[in-house]
Amino acid sequence: MIPLWLYLLVSAALFSIGTFGVLARRNGVAVLMGVELMLNAVNINLIAFWRYMSPTEVNGVAFAAFVIVIAAAEAAVGLAIIISVYRSRHSVVPEEADMLKG
Amino acid sequence: MDCVGLCAFVQSLGVADPAIARLIGLIIGGVLVSGVPLLTVIFLILVERKVAARIQDRIGPNRAGPFGLLQTVADLLKLLAKEDITPAAADRVLYNAAPLVSFASVVLIWAVIPFMYADVAPGAFMGVDLDIGVLYFVAVASLGTLAIMTAGWASNNKYALLGAFRVVALLVSYEIPLVFALLVPVMFAGSMSLVDITNAQSHMWFIFMAPVAALMFFISSQAETGRAPFDLIEAESELVAGFNIEYSGMKFGMFFAAEFLHVFTNAVLFAILYMGGFLGVLYQQLPILGFVWLGIKASIIYFISLWLRNTVPRLRIDQVMNFNWFFLVPVSIVNVLLTALILKLAQVAGLAPTVFAESSLLGMLPVTLMLLVKDVLMIIYVMTRVAQEGRSARQAEQRMETDLLASAAGD
Amino acid sequence: MSESMRNFLIFLLILAVVIGGGVLLNSLFSVPFFLGVTFVAFGLITLGGAVAVVTTRNLFRATIWLMVSLFGIAGLFVLLEAPFLAAVQVLVYIGAIAILFTFAVMLTRSLTQLKDRYNRPYATLAASVLLFAFLTWVIWQVWGNWTPSGDIMLATISDTTDLGVALVDKEGLVLPFELASLLLTAAMIGAIVIARDVDEDEKEKRG
Repeated sequence: MIPLWLYLLVSAALFSIGTFGVLARRNGVAVLMGVELMLNAVNINLIAFWRYMSPTEVNGVAFAAFVIVIAAAEAAVGLAIIISVYRSRHSVVPEEADMLKG
Repeated sequence: MDCVGLCAFVQSLGVADPAIARLIGLIIGGVLVSGVPLLTVIFLILVERKVAARIQDRIGPNRAGPFGLLQTVADLLKLLAKEDITPAAADRVLYNAAPLVSFASVVLIWAVIPFMYADVAPGAFMGVDLDIGVLYFVAVASLGTLAIMTAGWASNNKYALLGAFRVVALLVSYEIPLVFALLVPVMFAGSMSLVDITNAQSHMWFIFMAPVAALMFFISSQAETGRAPFDLIEAESELVAGFNIEYSGMKFGMFFAAEFLHVFTNAVLFAILYMGGFLGVLYQQLPILGFVWLGIKASIIYFISLWLRNTVPRLRIDQVMNFNWFFLVPVSIVNVLLTALILKLAQVAGLAPTVFAESSLLGMLPVTLMLLVKDVLMIIYVMTRVAQEGRSARQAEQRMETDLLASAAGD
Repeated sequence: MSESMRNFLIFLLILAVVIGGGVLLNSLFSVPFFLGVTFVAFGLITLGGAVAVVTTRNLFRATIWLMVSLFGIAGLFVLLEAPFLAAVQVLVYIGAIAILFTFAVMLTRSLTQLKDRYNRPYATLAASVLLFAFLTWVIWQVWGNWTPSGDIMLATISDTTDLGVALVDKEGLVLPFELASLLLTAAMIGAIVIARDVDEDEKEKRG
């Protein structure tokens, strides 16, 4: 059996890479990709703990399935907002969308 | 992890270490399972062209080999001998990877298809009997969607991109009635494993119990693979071959082969899900006969799809979307709801067996009749609605014409 | 050195890392060799894809790398004996969200792709590395020497049927299930309304 902390390490690394993507990238769509990476890191964490601590329960898999559902919904709405902002401002850089006017 | 099946066979050949025997067993199994579709596609392309030719009142290829049997080999040699072009500004890695992913997504489906009966677990000769076989099929088929999008983008060609957009919209939309139609055999068998679904049809095929669902699956799978009347994907006489404009030579050959193989794979899946797979006369005593039965059933469905392809005209993209969202999706949702309702009521009332595989033909008759009655009522209702809407649309059009004429003739 | 030679050497390097990782896991933690190799391979796919997502300049390639990374995560789910979730991951992310991201990338092409890719790269890199270090320290402290109990490893794992029953069970997860479907409906309607292209007739009607 692969030790639990190896899975947690992969999850932590993925989460950190996602954080870098969210903080550092200048394109809105790339920021959303970083958020997707972070959500998937959380999923790996959930399933690893489910497998190594309570595999007979169904809660772990259900929780991870709900996280996938919410990540999908959030990606859809987020991208719709980015497209709408692009239409009015012609820019997807989050730093440039800093005024409520227009 | 124990060592059964092919792994035990490899171990009996002298490889002692179970891990290495398992690995070699996996490789051999993979080659065997993927050899079946690859050998089939050679004959499929020829059959396609011959049947198309006969429907169009001509003979078809008959020069390469006796009765044209070596035609596909000739096609293959021609495609291999062509120059391997990559457009200058195209994304090289993605451009070269897209046909591979598209072909892989079709061959991967064959890992879960049961070929014939076997005495040992899991009960059939197959790659692997996944607990989630049906879901695996849908997931792998959706990989092909991404491959087409990549092909359209990586060609760096606006027509390819537009073609890819339309194709992807079509594919993603028609996944919904496909999944709903797949829910019905899963409900009947109580499991997503394809072997369980096959065994649950031991006494009554699902096509008699759920013809509407079978029709939905057939229509959606024709749309998923881009077959007529949904072939605006390639539209050989119109949109300059869609997303594979820039592909030539063996890369185009892979897209081509992937499409034909996908249609045949869907025919095999239809045979397994609705027509009983390898079940038939004497399928247990002589397992190879089960393989023959599966081939016959899949060929019937494939022939129907070829027949349809060469007979009906092509639909426009807005007609295709209308058909999906206003007809297929509501009908398939209502079908699943009603089937679940009737099945559960029948099981509670004792009229239907809980486990279909262990019942008998007589035991399955009541629930079959109830479901057939439901299907006939649904079809009658839907057809009257469609006829009404067609009539009102025609009347509205006639009224518009007379209005125009009146306003043109008046002042 | 020609390009194909360079690619071949990179491939050999990755193969060496994967096999070396397998050997390492086998010797240090007595993990069966092929299990270790599979874990290292999928882990590398996941993390390598993630690094490529956040560093590449071409957004369409970033989408493809994101899908590669998520495919690696599906592989990790299979290793963790949750095959249903792996299939759902492939179906939802690669089958649908990839298309969503591709359309978004194409609808928001900006001409100024020559501008900087990052804002404050060094600071954010330091922040991410510090976060990773902190998380690693916490993981090592709490679960560094933890082994699962024997009957956990031998227990029968809950499968798809249990999940299906729990999702409609009155004392189970039916409420989150219904709320999730409500959320998806609201998100779908919201996304369509926000991203709709308002044409001129409607603009005139709105005045």
